[in-house]
Amino acid sequence: MQLLYLLIEMVIKCVVVFAGLMLAVAYLTWLERKVLGHIQIRFGPNRCGPFGLLQPFADGIKAFFKEDLIPGRADKAVFVLSPMICIIAAISIFAVIPFGNQFTIPGTNWVVKLRLADIDVGLLYIFGVASLGEYGIVLGGWSSGNKYGLAGSLRAAAQMISYEVALGLSIVGVIILSQSLRLTEIVNHQAGGFWNWNVWYQPVAFVLYIICGLAEINRTPFDMPESESELACGFNIEYSSMKFAIFFLAEYAHMITMGALAVTLFWGGWQPLLPQLDFIPGIVWFCAKLFVFLFFFIWQRGTFPRLRYDQIMKFGWKILLPLTLINLLITALIVLLKG
Amino acid sequence: MIIPLLKGLGLTLSRFFSKPITVQYPEEKVPPAKRWRGIQYFEKDERGKTKCVACGLCMIVCPSQCIYIETAEDEEGKRYPLTYELDASRCIFCGFCEEACPVKAIFMGKGYEWVEGSRKPFLMTTEKLLEEKANNP
Repeated sequence: MQLLYLLIEMVIKCVVVFAGLMLAVAYLTWLERKVLGHIQIRFGPNRCGPFGLLQPFADGIKAFFKEDLIPGRADKAVFVLSPMICIIAAISIFAVIPFGNQFTIPGTNWVVKLRLADIDVGLLYIFGVASLGEYGIVLGGWSSGNKYGLAGSLRAAAQMISYEVALGLSIVGVIILSQSLRLTEIVNHQAGGFWNWNVWYQPVAFVLYIICGLAEINRTPFDMPESESELACGFNIEYSSMKFAIFFLAEYAHMITMGALAVTLFWGGWQPLLPQLDFIPGIVWFCAKLFVFLFFFIWQRGTFPRLRYDQIMKFGWKILLPLTLINLLITALIVLLKG
Repeated sequence: MIIPLLKGLGLTLSRFFSKPITVQYPEEKVPPAKRWRGIQYFEKDERGKTKCVACGLCMIVCPSQCIYIETAEDEEGKRYPLTYELDASRCIFCGFCEEACPVKAIFMGKGYEWVEGSRKPFLMTTEKLLEEKANNP
């Protein structure tokens, strides 16, 4: 009986998280267009439903009914596979993100933990799967049989290598502080008010994480693989219809996971701002903090121009990597001296 | 290096909270410019008929040759257009007809919204041109 209940709980949680994530992705595209619109002193989508709220569904239906082209020179199997790799990697990261504490179902003593999987190497899993997602982009551009696609995927590969290192090193400081790779323990370590959040103990790492995270999800100051103005959309140039939509979904899902990870590692996850405010459920806190990050990701997209390719490489290797190493050394030293 | 980045973020944030300057077209419209040359209309005389005396100057001056006139005389010996056809689908709205008209009968109006499913309805007759006056006070 216990096992059956556990199974039911897992299935319900999976469905809810998946549906919630997909809905969040859909409305993130809406939010992005809306926020960018207002930054550029226009309205953004506002015809489809009130405030354009039905726009994501209209876009989805449109993408679904468009013609699905596979170029003649494409490597067909890889071409079909790469959007799948992208979306699977982007979604499966969310399995280990703790988006709330636990609660007991009223009338029973069944405890529901608000996370899909609480594995003890959560961070390693996240970084492993996240870099798997880059393969989707690299293979997608390469298999298209298009020079722009190839250029985009080469850039994606180079960018992945140079920024993954700094991204990984930037969070080692957090791991040192909380002495664990398990995300729930990292969150519990930050309990008790916003002054206990890791962002105050690791401010440099936080900034570096945000920068490298933006590079990792190929967002605007670092959107080298799909720079519209020079590569005409880069790696996804030959993709159309639902395959393109899946790339798009994967990009936004990846953005949400990057934000969620930033919340978990630096902003105390589901922990409330002040200990007195813990009557508000943790999931609300988590979503509110995540929204701040997502807004920032969109906001900075509306502000900063794209870096030049060689500048990106230089920035990654000559500035970010040494900074993360110095930060790591100082953190380790302080922790060692404090005992 | 960091300050200009923050300044940029501040600028975009202030833009984000400012009111959009978009004119939402079907609901709101920008009035056309003072010298805008839109869909033509006929000025009426005191009897409510067209002022046109069918001299044919507009037909001659029209660069896209979209005006066709057949002349007739009424019982008082006054000339009037028996048929006056202006093919608005061929018209380039240059305004030469307005300039050429010696009796100030045809004018360029302000209208710019005219959509049809076929070419036929764009053929403006005397009646249509007189009706168009109502849209140009």
